[in-house]
Amino acid sequence: MQRETRRLILLLLPAGIFFSAFFLIPMAELFLIGGTGKDGWMAYTAIITNKNYFNSLLATMGVAVLTTVVTLIISGISGVFLQRNKFPGNGALVAMLTFPLAFPGVVIGFMVIMLAGRQGLIGQVSNALFDEKIVFAYSLTGLFIGYVYFSIPRTILTVMAAAEKLDPKLEEAARSLGASPWRVVTDVIIPGLKPAFISAGAICFATAVGAFGTAFTLAARINVLPMVIYTEFTLAANIAMAAALSFVLGAATWIVLALARTAAGGTVAAAG
Amino acid sequence: MHKKLLFNLQLGFTLLVCAFLIVPVVLSIMAGLTVNYIVGIESGLTLRWVMEVWNGYRGTIFLSIGISLACLVCTLVLGIPTAYVLARRQSALSRAIEELLVMPVAVPGLATALALIVTYGGLSGFRTSWLFILVGHVLFTLPFMVRSVLAVLMAIDLNTLEEGAASLGASWWRRFRDIVLPNCRAGILAGSLMVVTLSMGEFNMTWLLHTPFTKTLPVGLADAYASLRLEIGSAYTLVFFLMIMPLLLALQAFAQPRINKFVPEDDAQ
Repeated sequence: MQRETRRLILLLLPAGIFFSAFFLIPMAELFLIGGTGKDGWMAYTAIITNKNYFNSLLATMGVAVLTTVVTLIISGISGVFLQRNKFPGNGALVAMLTFPLAFPGVVIGFMVIMLAGRQGLIGQVSNALFDEKIVFAYSLTGLFIGYVYFSIPRTILTVMAAAEKLDPKLEEAARSLGASPWRVVTDVIIPGLKPAFISAGAICFATAVGAFGTAFTLAARINVLPMVIYTEFTLAANIAMAAALSFVLGAATWIVLALARTAAGGTVAAAG
Repeated sequence: MHKKLLFNLQLGFTLLVCAFLIVPVVLSIMAGLTVNYIVGIESGLTLRWVMEVWNGYRGTIFLSIGISLACLVCTLVLGIPTAYVLARRQSALSRAIEELLVMPVAVPGLATALALIVTYGGLSGFRTSWLFILVGHVLFTLPFMVRSVLAVLMAIDLNTLEEGAASLGASWWRRFRDIVLPNCRAGILAGSLMVVTLSMGEFNMTWLLHTPFTKTLPVGLADAYASLRLEIGSAYTLVFFLMIMPLLLALQAFAQPRINKFVPEDDAQ
């Protein structure tokens, strides 16, 4: 038994060393550096006390919450529909809806530009119809569209997997007791999918808070926290503030995901 | 009748969502292949932009392939033993270790990259080499490998299998090689595809970790979007699609082994 334990520890060692050297120690270093700026440890409260940072925190949270809600509604409707109704072409639809799964944030940003940018589809169509070019890619709206685009594929997969396990007999029972389709949705389907909604929603939220590529592609004008951190780091060379802000952002995202994991009882992680 | 209407409404909605996701992809592919996107397809089709991308950004493509393969090797070497240990010992400690390992995925890549820079940025030989990017990618993808292998190991009765083999005199290495590895083949495959796909597309960390000499494909994409004409950005995106497509198709085929629920039960007997 002793030998067995020794062997297991030995097996864990390479990953342990790698992880400590390149994640735990750097994170501790980041935390310490956050306190070395001209504001000292007050840098950690700047996200609340500094008006600019606080505004971008609000903007970031606003976009993230909106993204989460809209993505859950869209993916909830389409995911349950595709799981429940098997028709010719169903597989093709699922394949198309999950195709953008592996797009990095920069590519998502470019997709938004193709849709709503200066040479985008929406602008061209609106120009032809009303003689006015509608362009909203390079703003918070564009960012929101991008995050929804990014989140739909993975959320639909989660919803579909959960809907597969939902017992259709429950809905039949509700219907036979006279429940309207709407009541069936609110009282049977949504409660049944709640764990999936919580875990998928947390991922949407966390990616929308921490993602950087999409905002970077769209414009520097977008005032969300990851962009603020990037600007502090590169342009202002305010490394201490960038460190403090990103540490707070990282801790907050991690807490949201951990809470969701406890609530949903499954495994939750962000991606991209 | 009511039911039919409901079905059509939902179908229409789903088709709209599909269009939202796919139309920009199609537009971008078209833009990468037309002479002048604003004039439209009438201006003619060309491979000029793709060739320009190939000539100007070839390096980023090879670097990305190289890093993602190196990343795969690292996650295999580090991840499989970790998953094995976590599967053998299920305790509060192993839960905590799993939780820790997932942190680089939960924490925004920007924060991880900054942490790496403030700690190791001074080692100039390391900072300017592609190994610096590799470290970030391994941190980010390792949890996916561990999880994927762990899921398979948890589904089989590992302890009984190993005890059986041990009672027949198999050494630990033989047990690991002949029982553990073959049993988690599906998990390793799914994890590998995931790792390569994610590494290929990673941008959040890479943008801060890269140097002018270590530009990966997504970094090149960001460059092209920012500074070059739409057609070249599109052609570059097209190249990225072509590289990622086989990986995605393989992922869809292997990564989600769906147990068909509708198999009649008598079949099992």
